[in-house]
Amino acid sequence: METVLVLAERHGAGGGVCRPTHALLTLARRLGTPAAVLCGPADTASIEALGRFGAQAIWTVEASEVDDYPATARVEALVRLADQICPSCILVASGRGGEEIAARVAARLDSGVLTGAVDMWMGPDGPVVVQRVLDGSYLVESSVVRGITICTVFTEAVSPQPSAAEPAVRSLDLAFPQGMQAARLVSREPRGRPDPTAAAVVVAGGRGLGSRDGFELVERIAGALGGAACGSHTAAELGWCPRHQTVDQIGKAVHPLLYLALGVSGSVRHRAGMHGAQTVVAIDRDPEAPIFGVADLGVVGDVHEVAKELLTEIRRRRHGERLEWEA
Amino acid sequence: MRIVVLVRQVPCAVGGLSFNADNTLRRAGVRSQLNDADACAVDQAWRIAVRRTGAQVTAVTMGPAGAAAALRKSLVLGADEGVHILDDALAGCDALGTARVLAAAVRRLGFDLVLCGAAATGSATAVVPAMVAEILGVPVLCFADGLKLTGDGVEIRRDDGAGVQTWAATLPAVVSVTPRCGTPRYPRFAAVAQARHKLVRTWPLSRLGIRRSEVGLAAAVTRVRAVTPVEDRGRVVIDCDAPTAAARLADFLAQRELL
Repeated sequence: METVLVLAERHGAGGGVCRPTHALLTLARRLGTPAAVLCGPADTASIEALGRFGAQAIWTVEASEVDDYPATARVEALVRLADQICPSCILVASGRGGEEIAARVAARLDSGVLTGAVDMWMGPDGPVVVQRVLDGSYLVESSVVRGITICTVFTEAVSPQPSAAEPAVRSLDLAFPQGMQAARLVSREPRGRPDPTAAAVVVAGGRGLGSRDGFELVERIAGALGGAACGSHTAAELGWCPRHQTVDQIGKAVHPLLYLALGVSGSVRHRAGMHGAQTVVAIDRDPEAPIFGVADLGVVGDVHEVAKELLTEIRRRRHGERLEWEA
Repeated sequence: MRIVVLVRQVPCAVGGLSFNADNTLRRAGVRSQLNDADACAVDQAWRIAVRRTGAQVTAVTMGPAGAAAALRKSLVLGADEGVHILDDALAGCDALGTARVLAAAVRRLGFDLVLCGAAATGSATAVVPAMVAEILGVPVLCFADGLKLTGDGVEIRRDDGAGVQTWAATLPAVVSVTPRCGTPRYPRFAAVAQARHKLVRTWPLSRLGIRRSEVGLAAAVTRVRAVTPVEDRGRVVIDCDAPTAAARLADFLAQRELL
């Protein structure tokens, strides 16, 4: 069986190996023998977690460049290992960092890269990658015809399954040149309260919240998620939210990673301001509300009850309690 | 200072698009426009150029004859000139092929800063900016939610879900920007009129020193084996009591690293 190289990811800066990596290892086991690349300190918890999900080999990279030049250090590590152990496939979790790393490795190795895989299996002539394209309306099966298959995976589409293995841990010595010309990570800070148009998380409230007092819920959830609080044009007309925070055709157009709509029906005017959102979640009482047509996840129910429960749930998970998939 | 902006013409809406028999996207009869993020990139380039003397902004696109419209729009939004890479051999080019052609054009033009729009993560074109940078051998800053030039370098702000990261690199560099950088200015009539007099050059592949056999569908490193339409769009609606709904919601957010 051929080796499948997996780039391990961590929770935040110094955290342990996280769910996306478990999902990648689960996929890798289908395609061959998984080997993981772990950048940063090789703590026992991380190595144990990689072993639990079936990593046969672990390559650790400990250098100061891993923190200062995260993307470049990972690219160098993957390129070096690709030369050294000739894997059939390299898997990286899709995301803002993952896409860049996969692209650069592919350009270096003159190999094909496929992005946003939702499923993979071993075909007769190499790994087959399934992607969701055109806003999820088509599934495309592709394969790489030259070099190593480099793939970024939408890890939320894969459910991780453990399968214990005894990994061999080796350290990879990488020499980085002095005065490296590369993108340097200068600082990393927890999210403050951003402007709606620049926010990664936008929480919007609509008439379904019922009153100005009920609208405070939007502010509280936005606070908990570190996002911006906005309103629909109806909420602004009722005086529940300021005009400059209206998500609307003629108000703010937002492009967040997460758009959470509370009691918003989703009129054409409103949808015109938020169609750039990557993930849309809606909570509303009316199952026929147009917002459910664009929501990735919709909850039909009393917005106050669900939102309050969600708030407790967020606080519970934030404060120390380990998530079930981490256990 | 020389700024090159990579732009592309994309369909206005993804609804109703379909595939040809050779698994390439059917573009006939589909209305297209300048990609949103690319418009932001042109705007950011203009904002940098307007504060400097002798700064030149060149918009570059690669695509069929219709792609010239993206260049025209870029000229209206503030680019000084346009380059259209037009060649029949380019049809069906994959990400790596596209990046090679664009990198060759950028190198030929000369550059201090290359800007382009960042595609959504997971889409096929999201990898092109990083590939262009790797081929050019310069640093890359991807998915900038805000950018500013400092002395001899460039600094970006990137929100990765967990927090805000600041990245820096020295020039020359490649930067891809998201629409969160700021809404492009609404063009004045004068800008629209002036754009008609700006120069658009059309370059065939031979001008870039790339052989026709190196690009296009035949040279693609990735091959599409099958395309199947999805009936169910993967949208989930849950209707249950509040605590369960909230727990499932939180699970959903946690899975997507949004919590």
